[in-house]
Amino acid sequence: MIHEYDVVIIGGGIAGLYTALTVAENVKVAVISKVHVTRSHSVAAQGGIAACLGNEEEDHWEWHMYDTVKGSDYLADQNAVEVLTKEAPNAIYKLEHMGVPFSRNAQGKIEQRRFGGHTKNFGEAPIKRAGYASDRTGRAIMDTLYDRCLQKGVTFHNEIFIQHLLFALNNCCGATGYDIATSAPQVFHAKAVVLATGGSGKIYKTTSNGYASTGDGFALALDALLPLEDMEFIQFHPTGIYGLGILISEAARAEGGVLRNGLGERFMERYAPTLKDLAPRDIVSRAILKEISNGKGIDGKDYVYLDLREIGKERLNQKLPEITSFIQTYLGIDPSEKQIPVAPTCHYIMGGIPTDIEGHVLADKAGTILPGLYAAGECACVSVHGANRLGCNSLIDLVVFGGRTGLSILKEIKARIVQPIPVQAESIVMDKISSLIESKGVECIAILRENMQRLMTEQCSVFRNGQVLAQTLLVIRQLKKRALNVGLVNKSRIFNYELQEALELNNMLRIAEVIVHSALQRKESRGAHFRGDYPERNDEEWLKHTFVNETPTGLKESYKPLSTGRFTLEKRRY
Amino acid sequence: MKITLKVQRFNPQIDMEPHYNSFTIEVEPNERILDCLNKIRWTQDSSLAFRMSCAHGICGSDGLTINNQSALACQKLVKDYDYTKEIVIEPLKYFEVVKDLIVNLNPFFERIESITPKEASNPSIFMLEQERIQTIEERRRFDDALKCILCGCCYGACPVMTEQDQEFIGPAAILREQRYIFDSRTTTINERLQILKKPHGVWGCKSYYVCTVVCPKNIKVTEAILRTKKKIIQEQSKVK
Repeated sequence: MIHEYDVVIIGGGIAGLYTALTVAENVKVAVISKVHVTRSHSVAAQGGIAACLGNEEEDHWEWHMYDTVKGSDYLADQNAVEVLTKEAPNAIYKLEHMGVPFSRNAQGKIEQRRFGGHTKNFGEAPIKRAGYASDRTGRAIMDTLYDRCLQKGVTFHNEIFIQHLLFALNNCCGATGYDIATSAPQVFHAKAVVLATGGSGKIYKTTSNGYASTGDGFALALDALLPLEDMEFIQFHPTGIYGLGILISEAARAEGGVLRNGLGERFMERYAPTLKDLAPRDIVSRAILKEISNGKGIDGKDYVYLDLREIGKERLNQKLPEITSFIQTYLGIDPSEKQIPVAPTCHYIMGGIPTDIEGHVLADKAGTILPGLYAAGECACVSVHGANRLGCNSLIDLVVFGGRTGLSILKEIKARIVQPIPVQAESIVMDKISSLIESKGVECIAILRENMQRLMTEQCSVFRNGQVLAQTLLVIRQLKKRALNVGLVNKSRIFNYELQEALELNNMLRIAEVIVHSALQRKESRGAHFRGDYPERNDEEWLKHTFVNETPTGLKESYKPLSTGRFTLEKRRY
Repeated sequence: MKITLKVQRFNPQIDMEPHYNSFTIEVEPNERILDCLNKIRWTQDSSLAFRMSCAHGICGSDGLTINNQSALACQKLVKDYDYTKEIVIEPLKYFEVVKDLIVNLNPFFERIESITPKEASNPSIFMLEQERIQTIEERRRFDDALKCILCGCCYGACPVMTEQDQEFIGPAAILREQRYIFDSRTTTINERLQILKKPHGVWGCKSYYVCTVVCPKNIKVTEAILRTKKKIIQEQSKVK
């Protein structure tokens, strides 16, 4: 089936919906989602959205910019961070006017709380910069955007799994995939295509990400021979529920929670004397794992405690109701009485599809724009997060750059010539599905996936090492090879999740290889990328963005200088 | 330990009627029902169809009927049930079953769409460079409704929907409307009240309280509906 639109957005999280809303009045727009749109993982965002509203105390965009650049370990592009932090307040006001139910302070303004790495006056002390809707900020924004999209006539195509972008004369002219309900090919013909597919946390065993976060957008980009940028920078959130990986927001520490080791010590005081438990995530995650490797985990085991008892029952129910409730559900613990076992969990990928600050996808490190293709959100790399993202900066990234992407589409779409759909747009997907369903392969998807997840978690997470990475790269390549030989037991074409998981596994293995390759090449430690064999940041050689392409002879890396500016390099102390 | 799940199956290409398959799996008491279903899919029967995504009760994908009550598979643990007996897993009631545990959710999302006034004020005119003021108390009036994750569990449980009036707009839709009607910032309150007053609207609710009992987010759904009814009557008496 062929669908005609002006703009097609792949992914229905906050970035996708915000882009859709920005263009909806003027063009015919569709949002395509692998799940029902309201299930997108943006709904899991808990703690808040950063902007220098100054509702609680004096704040300035320059302070926010400084924190973001320093938090990124100076790898963020400062032109992009300037845009983000300057435009953040108005982006939040716009959300408020759309109806987002922000929590309020005594003056009736949007209430703000502290968050990791956000400081006043260039690092002096924590600042209240995170606007929020209790601990359901993502859900609250998503619901409002969804309702606004319904009002504006945005069309949703739910449970469609996109397999390829379509190009004609080097212009992106649509995307092709299949309907999960029927396996029937679905071709979307458009003048502009936006990738808003989110992250790829499911490459790891322990993650805060949902099952749908399998890096499909990254694979679409690789498939189109596009580079991926800075993929070695994976954020491990310090406080995932031990074993499950379910996120406990930094807001828990912002409201007064502290981390404690097996001796009951508040160990973050030693690692970050000023910000303590509200240091950036890369630093807190490393601190937790160092405590554990020094035998100071709880009872010598591989977790520490998050202590929320000081916050008190009433405040927990008021400020962190969602977290309080799921801790009760999954651990049977009342966090006002007992401490919570936590360990780092794979949370976010700083890298992604390279874009400029207008949302254009860049085809190479020279900055060549690929006409018709845009990207926004976690799948994009602008780069505002560099080597480590600060908490609450992702939601604001989605809104600011989702909006900018929408505006550049509106500006450019009239001049765009409609390119014809490539003739094989349907058959390429039908063939892919048929060959998997009819495959006589013997490999089992679940086993390959578990191998990959365990390998990535053990060998390519918070602490890395060249020798281990080189080994891991070989194993990932073997797994990739084995994945070509998977066999499906389920031959049905109706809601065949085995088929979907096979395709997702291929996507994840491709991305895993790029991550490990990028990490192996970067011989320094910066932000979330820590190499035991190169434990220092090396600005002389490595203050640059990694670009990796798939080529017929394997992955090829190259490097792009970054946009420096206002803030000069400093050692990161908190 | 070993437990047995009795799972409703339906393959539209083969089956005329749904039937049940029992699966025995090795699990811990603390594992989620969703983990059990995944074990079945990944180790015993890859054709078992069910939806999932976030796996911690915020995306709303995995609403099912577990031991005859609507619930999220990711929010219920094995130990929440008497696992010495079979745990019975069925799709959400009310909805048409498409395959195994998958139901057609279009009637649900169409209702959510139907309660949204199309002629609402235009967000693109928002040029103000500050937020609107809303007091903590004003914000509290619709806080409970914000917990809704659109899982559809209340539709699967509501006796009006399942037994009396198939066309009833349903608890989640009224709850979402209540969220806007009680938000001091909403400019379309009258339009929204009109929508709820239509046939099969808010007056279809007979206050069985089953939605409140099954709601995975512990929302006081019935109370929200009753508040909305009261609001309609209040507005009508104002007009007179």
